[in-house]
Amino acid sequence: MSDLRELYQEVIFDHNRHPRNFGKLVNANRHSEGFNPLCGDSLDLYLIVDNNRIIDIKFEGQGCAISTASASLMTEVLKGKTLQEAEQLFEGFHQMVTTGETPSIDLGKLSVLAGVSEFPARVKCASLSWHTLNAALHNSTQPVTTE
Amino acid sequence: MFNVAQIRGQFPILKSSVRGKPLVYLDNAATTQKPQCVIDAESNYYDVLNANVHRGVHKLSQDATDAFEKARDTIQHFIGAAHREEIIFTRGATEAINLVASSWGRANLKPGDEILLSQMEHHANIVPWQLIAEQTGAKIKVIPMDDTGTLDLTQFEALLSSKTKMLGITQVSNALGTVNPVQYMIEKAHQVGALVLVDGAQSILHQTVNVTELDCDFFVFSGHKLYGPTGIGVLYGKKALLNAMPPYQAGGDMIFKVTFEKSTFNHLPYKFEAGTPHIAGAIALGTAIEFVQSIGLKDIAHHEAELLDYAAQQARSIPQLRVIGQAKDKVSVFSFVMDGVHPHDIGTILDSEGVAIRTGHHCAMPVMDYFKIPATARASLALYNTKEDIDALFVALHRVTEMFLK
Ligand SMILES: Cc1ncc(COP(=O)(O)O)c(C=O)c1O
Repeated sequence: MSDLRELYQEVIFDHNRHPRNFGKLVNANRHSEGFNPLCGDSLDLYLIVDNNRIIDIKFEGQGCAISTASASLMTEVLKGKTLQEAEQLFEGFHQMVTTGETPSIDLGKLSVLAGVSEFPARVKCASLSWHTLNAALHNSTQPVTTE
Repeated sequence: MFNVAQIRGQFPILKSSVRGKPLVYLDNAATTQKPQCVIDAESNYYDVLNANVHRGVHKLSQDATDAFEKARDTIQHFIGAAHREEIIFTRGATEAINLVASSWGRANLKPGDEILLSQMEHHANIVPWQLIAEQTGAKIKVIPMDDTGTLDLTQFEALLSSKTKMLGITQVSNALGTVNPVQYMIEKAHQVGALVLVDGAQSILHQTVNVTELDCDFFVFSGHKLYGPTGIGVLYGKKALLNAMPPYQAGGDMIFKVTFEKSTFNHLPYKFEAGTPHIAGAIALGTAIEFVQSIGLKDIAHHEAELLDYAAQQARSIPQLRVIGQAKDKVSVFSFVMDGVHPHDIGTILDSEGVAIRTGHHCAMPVMDYFKIPATARASLALYNTKEDIDALFVALHRVTEMFLK
């Protein structure tokens, strides 16, 4: 039960009910789609990248509380970051949700998702937005899937 | 007398706990648990009977062959097939459908021919037909359903024509629980000269099936959804049709004579059983069927129907809960969504209470598309479930509403 509370923290409910940076970015210069075939979650990520920096970022899609909150938190944290910083956050986040270890880099509010590591079936939900980001930054045209 | 406590006692896994709570297993449409007699039958084969079948003059091989062939007889009688050689062992329902689509389809379908499927088919009864349609130029037509999850029979009849060569229809929908009027549909399809494949994966454990009375041309099911092992299933086909079909896979056991110039094929059922089969699985499937017969499908159906009604009543205590699939004739499946909560989150919270259900699209994406939802949460019943299981489900669901919808 304590694990469940760890997973579903108030912040996660908040971001699930009121996702930040939700919608299309019309003048985006990077875009990528993510898909979790297991649960039908899908996500569209839009970015404006200029001079190696994420100027703006938004997402659209439908998913569970974990995937929606994770995408919402990700967009909040990434706005204004350089691509190198984004890369480091991606690696740190990945380490946290897959191993449960605290990464060397400070993940800020992303750490509310640390509880996911206790629920292996949900790691994909938390990572979908980050894998989609990775694809957008590497200009991949293939939709990302978690499978 | 149907005694659920006594039945539960035969399923070792039902004594286990999950996350510190007693296991409440409500994911039976995905796979059922196995009674001790099935587990014993499988291990007994390896303990005392292990030898290849149809290949040895030695005693052990003869005994293994006898046990394997006895399982075929058990299955034949269980589904009312006229001939034992109409029972082909496969890996499961999926392989059985692929066998028919590939072998019968390649030999018989031409451009312009139509394969009629329903909107509520499992992907296993869609994708094999799509592949063969692409290869042969045949077209797929879809029988629509309404928002209770009932097939539109008027549309069905309108879709039937002399172009229809195959009707692929599930007897019970795994995503909705709908029981389709297959008897009637088979009769109508036959009137235009089409063959019918009935997917019995979800019906075989809930109701008596008699393929001769149904007059279906093919019938498929999986052992693991019938209290038997994984990796074994059955294709029933009418003898004349199977005889006329080319082999599906080739290798040992399915030949009479091989030279590098030409091989001649074995007779039924071996023509379709290339290679060493899942001998232990087939024997244990026979045991699973004997287990079901000893309890009786009539009593099982009655017990499960009571539980399904009970779940439907309980559901009224949660206003945010919407049942997906409200057909008049329905078995085992309680599929639902909750406003404001994604099914995946429901699944995790239920799991933390020891309640195992399935969440997702249930390999029936066209059903999800129809209802414009990404997924459902699905509890599905088997003979060992109890009112207490349903109560545990609803205690956990109330916990979901507390956490998400307060
Ligand atoms: C209606 C239906 N058909 C076919 C299948 C495929 O069965 P298997 O995966 O055992 O081959 C399933 C399994 O979920 C099913 O529910």
